[in-house]
Amino acid sequence: MMASETSPAPAGTIETADFANVGRAAWWQRGFFASQTAYVAVALAAIVVVMAVLSPAFLSPGNVANVAKNFSFIGIVTLGMTLVIVTGGIDLSVGSVMALSAIACAMAMQALAGTGLASVPFATMALAILAGLGVALLIGLANGLLVARVGLSPFVTTLGMLSIARGLAYAVTEGRGQTPSGPDIDAFYAFTDGTILGVPMAVIYLLGLAAILGIVLHHTAFGRHVFALGGNEKAAALTGVAVERVKVCVYVLCSLSAGFAGILMTGWLGSAPANLATGYELTIIAAAVIGGANLAGGVGGPAGAVIGALLIEVIRNGLVLAGINAYWQIVLVGMIIILAVLVDRLRSGRTA
Amino acid sequence: MALLELRGVGKDFGAIRALSDVDLTIEPGEAVGLMGDNGAGKSTLVKIIAGNFAPTHGSIAFDGQPVHFTRPVDARNVGIEVVYQDLALADNLTAAANVFLGRELRRRIGPFRFLDHRAMNRRASELFAELKSETRASDVVRAMSGGQRQAVAIARTRLSDAKLVLMDEPTAAISVRQVAEVLDLIRRLKDHGVAVILISHRMPDVFSVCDRVVVLRRGRKVADKPVAASSPEEVTALITGAKEAA
Ligand SMILES: Nc1ncnc2c1ncn2[C@@H]1O[C@H](COP(=O)(O)OP(=O)(O)O)[C@@H](O)[C@H]1O
Ligand SMILES: [Mg+2]
Repeated sequence: MMASETSPAPAGTIETADFANVGRAAWWQRGFFASQTAYVAVALAAIVVVMAVLSPAFLSPGNVANVAKNFSFIGIVTLGMTLVIVTGGIDLSVGSVMALSAIACAMAMQALAGTGLASVPFATMALAILAGLGVALLIGLANGLLVARVGLSPFVTTLGMLSIARGLAYAVTEGRGQTPSGPDIDAFYAFTDGTILGVPMAVIYLLGLAAILGIVLHHTAFGRHVFALGGNEKAAALTGVAVERVKVCVYVLCSLSAGFAGILMTGWLGSAPANLATGYELTIIAAAVIGGANLAGGVGGPAGAVIGALLIEVIRNGLVLAGINAYWQIVLVGMIIILAVLVDRLRSGRTA
Repeated sequence: MALLELRGVGKDFGAIRALSDVDLTIEPGEAVGLMGDNGAGKSTLVKIIAGNFAPTHGSIAFDGQPVHFTRPVDARNVGIEVVYQDLALADNLTAAANVFLGRELRRRIGPFRFLDHRAMNRRASELFAELKSETRASDVVRAMSGGQRQAVAIARTRLSDAKLVLMDEPTAAISVRQVAEVLDLIRRLKDHGVAVILISHRMPDVFSVCDRVVVLRRGRKVADKPVAASSPEEVTALITGAKEAA
């Protein structure tokens, strides 16, 4: 149906456009500015200022580039995770998918180096990256179909997939790290670990993907349905939303984001070890939750994903610079998750 | 010509006969109160009309055409909308987003189709004005009163220009003030020529907005008459079985 088909309002009815905004809260009390994402952003800014004052090394170009790259890998997957969490789901398999995709990419590049394709410019690199993403897509599809079609719980399904994908990563490589190689290796490093105007590629991918996700979530029917699923799945189904398809899509997209980040990490590390990104799923879920995604579904967005991932990395980096034992960062991240959710609870309790 | 015509409609759930041999005719713009004790078959009847499941016996005609609904979308396509008891709204979305859920207005930009927020907000505002509801299109449903939620659910039915709206106990769990709001909304629907089937346990609701009252008892229709020719006392007697039929 098109808006132009609407019949004109009968004479005597109130001009609706005039009161459409009456009584709405001020701009700083609604939308982004009233969200958990906003005050976590404020907290992040405060932490950055404090660290810059305490440690001159914090804002040194080398350290900034290091932080930017590290948080971008996590941030890219947090975007995908946020999408799943907004529908009310969860994906525990992302860390394993990062490893398996990275390995598939590295092994495909090695294998293709000896074929006729090696003489075609960029062909081995493109196919190797597609192989890595293809593995991620298959795993996401399996997750999505098991959750949406069969009706299994997302937690259990993706926990199983965490184990399956990690096991495959070890089995296929017999535990040996895979090194990408071949005629396109320089191009591969430029694509994954290069810079444009001094900005690391990972940061560029993260910001680009975040912008796309923002547009998709807020300006397409698919994004609207993602939110509707998290708000009231039954209502979405009753109103004719293609619930199954939307769910399968979010698991596939989340898995693809993990596969892509895994491939980028391979370029950064120069190899794809079978233990790549072990335990990352918890950091990624933590980043999403800190950024304001609600595990109950219906709330979340790309700005929160980026800010949450950055906050975790900044704190980790700060502890390293302060010479504090790395194990404490794990404790601290846990405390931040609880604090962020607690503050949100207190805030919404007060305004409700 | 009748809008909806049921002939000898029955429904068995295994050995349980939930509904037997129901004839029912609804004229355009007519509001019919459907009453009966718990388990009398009211929801079953409404679900058959809404396409949630097919009847075991009998036939249905809508707008003079025989119809065989097997899914809710079949009924929706001919102009039958349901306002569900729990309203089926997504709390985290705005009123306009809920009204347009599953049938969003979109604009083409290059190869992509983006939501047309302005058109949806404007159309939803028009619908709320038409329903004389104070609901604002851009407000999030979570913060809304029961009456405003009803307005959102009913605005959905106006959007598709439904000819028949089915309401299963819309006033079951809301405050007295909100009941008055909902009854007003039903009157607005009638003003627009929309027929309404209202399931309710509340005698005053049915007698204030409905033209006819239909009483079911243990799956059978035991009364079907203009409210003007009946009384709450008679209907109570019919529901309980103190009076056999009317
Ligand atoms: N899906 C179902 N499966 C089996 N029996 C059902 C089902 N739905 C309704 N019934 C039975 O049909 C009868 C009528 O139920 P219902 O239409 O819900 O009554 P009402 O809405 O008037 O309270 C009841 O005996 C109920 O137990
Ligand atoms: Mg019922």
